[in-house]
Amino acid sequence: MYEVIWHGRGGQGVVVAAQMLAEAAYLQEFKGVTSAPTFGPERRGAPLTASTRIAQEPIRIFSQIVEADIAVVLDESLFKVVDIFSRLRKNGLLIINTQTPLETWDEQGEYRIAIVNADGIALKHHLSKEGAPVVNTPMLGAFARASGLVSLENIEKALNHKLSKEQGGRNFTAVKAAYEETIVREKKD
Amino acid sequence: MSNVQIMTGNQAAAIGAKLSSVQVIAAYPITPQSQLAEILSQYIEGGELKAEYVRVEGEHSALTVCISASTVGARVFTATSANGLLYMHEQLHWAAGSRLPIVMCCVNRGVGAPWTIFNDQQDSISQRDTGWIQIYCRNNQEILDTVIQAYRIAEEVYAPVMVCYDGFVLSHTMMPVAIPDPELVKDFLPPYQAHTILSPEDPRTLNAVLFPWRRANSEGVLCDGYMEMRYKLQAALERSPAVIEETSRRFAEVFGRDHGGLSWGYRMEDAELVMTGMGSIASEAMQAADMLRDEGIKAGVVGIRVFRPFPAKTLKEAFRGAKGIVIFEKGISYGYEGALCSDLKAAFYGSENQAPAHNYIAGLGGRDVKARELADAARASWMEMQTGIVEKPTTWLNCYTG
Repeated sequence: MYEVIWHGRGGQGVVVAAQMLAEAAYLQEFKGVTSAPTFGPERRGAPLTASTRIAQEPIRIFSQIVEADIAVVLDESLFKVVDIFSRLRKNGLLIINTQTPLETWDEQGEYRIAIVNADGIALKHHLSKEGAPVVNTPMLGAFARASGLVSLENIEKALNHKLSKEQGGRNFTAVKAAYEETIVREKKD
Repeated sequence: MSNVQIMTGNQAAAIGAKLSSVQVIAAYPITPQSQLAEILSQYIEGGELKAEYVRVEGEHSALTVCISASTVGARVFTATSANGLLYMHEQLHWAAGSRLPIVMCCVNRGVGAPWTIFNDQQDSISQRDTGWIQIYCRNNQEILDTVIQAYRIAEEVYAPVMVCYDGFVLSHTMMPVAIPDPELVKDFLPPYQAHTILSPEDPRTLNAVLFPWRRANSEGVLCDGYMEMRYKLQAALERSPAVIEETSRRFAEVFGRDHGGLSWGYRMEDAELVMTGMGSIASEAMQAADMLRDEGIKAGVVGIRVFRPFPAKTLKEAFRGAKGIVIFEKGISYGYEGALCSDLKAAFYGSENQAPAHNYIAGLGGRDVKARELADAARASWMEMQTGIVEKPTTWLNCYTG
């Protein structure tokens, strides 16, 4: 079973991203998928998480994820306020929306690191909401590239299931761009 | 070709109600049920469901509308949680006493004070004695399927059914759910035919004040007294386990899914240490059983779906061979122990099964309960049982009690 935690801020669409990933993974023939928001009330701008579980067999557990296999960080500033590493297992995969170069993450040698400038990609493709770039869908592209668990084709299907044709198309263009531009660094021994 | 969608428990319940062709819905939104009420009102507003949505100012009225609509022959649905359910308390008794086949979802949530919006099962457990059938679901597929089954059960025995599922844990978690073919549902669940319909053409006085003894009515016919009417409610619930099992069997034949009528078992063939519970915690316990099996402990799970009527006979059989029983409950009868624990022990009274039973109170107010923690608790009890600790006070799992 793969356990994924999405870190973002209220309004960034982490819950929707977690749902779309579950849907894409199901289309990828994983029989067990669940996605859950942080249980409880949510506030715009406040740090929050959502989670996705992906497994070959139907999932029987609904408790919170302790240590994820994969953490996706939609907002880099969260590293200052949330202990993202405490909920990511050693050797896990960390996927970050950032503009800082890979060397910045040298200290985190025990993780696989994937970086992508999802902000830039979103703005380039006119994906913004209330002036802020929409990064949840581009991060699905980064996820596909870095994890290899879901195909772009199935992400496209999941997008089109949730969005209008025009929106789905625009978001998928950004997903593809993010997929292309994601850089992965293997863990350091 | 199965139609599988990834959805929340609330969506699954809404689809179940829609497929059951409910005619009247009255619900008052409350977390974590709100999404269910919203989806149903969307179905009606969008013309997908030909039903009347009656907006009300509170849960007492919501159930009162359902009672009235059911009395005039409609198939009705409502849903609530926690304090909303408790606000219905008087009308829960009324619905059961009136023998109306109302189906309600209770999206389980802890009860205030202090306020919590998070999950436990104190709300529905505390309504145990209102005369409602209670069924607890362990995943979203079971929620959808159980709502449909509930109408068949309710309309067969003339008793209301509460379909319970854990708030947030299931209500807000998305997972794959197969949506049954609407035509097959129509065959499985034909339109409701009420045995008595109150109408202006046939005016009646229903549920008038009864005297302690049976009495002749104005036409000289000897009628039931209060106690006979109440006995008939008890008799209906005593008869219902057979109906619930038959409904489950028939459902499995038509739709290919069997959630277990009254209870279900996991790795029970040679199990010595048996964990039990209701709802999502029983599902989580399956993983705990696997962990214990890996350590060489013969562990299994009995998941209890139906809490009222309490399936004592079935459970005596299900627990046969158990050398130790560990009961996980998301509620408690304050001053004693978990209600499920008491009922289960009572079922074994005088029987061959005198296995020690340990009771764990877990997950109150949404406190997370992991499979690992269930396994640790069950293992600790198993060790204690080996040393002869048959009875012990309730253990509060993951709780500072020092």
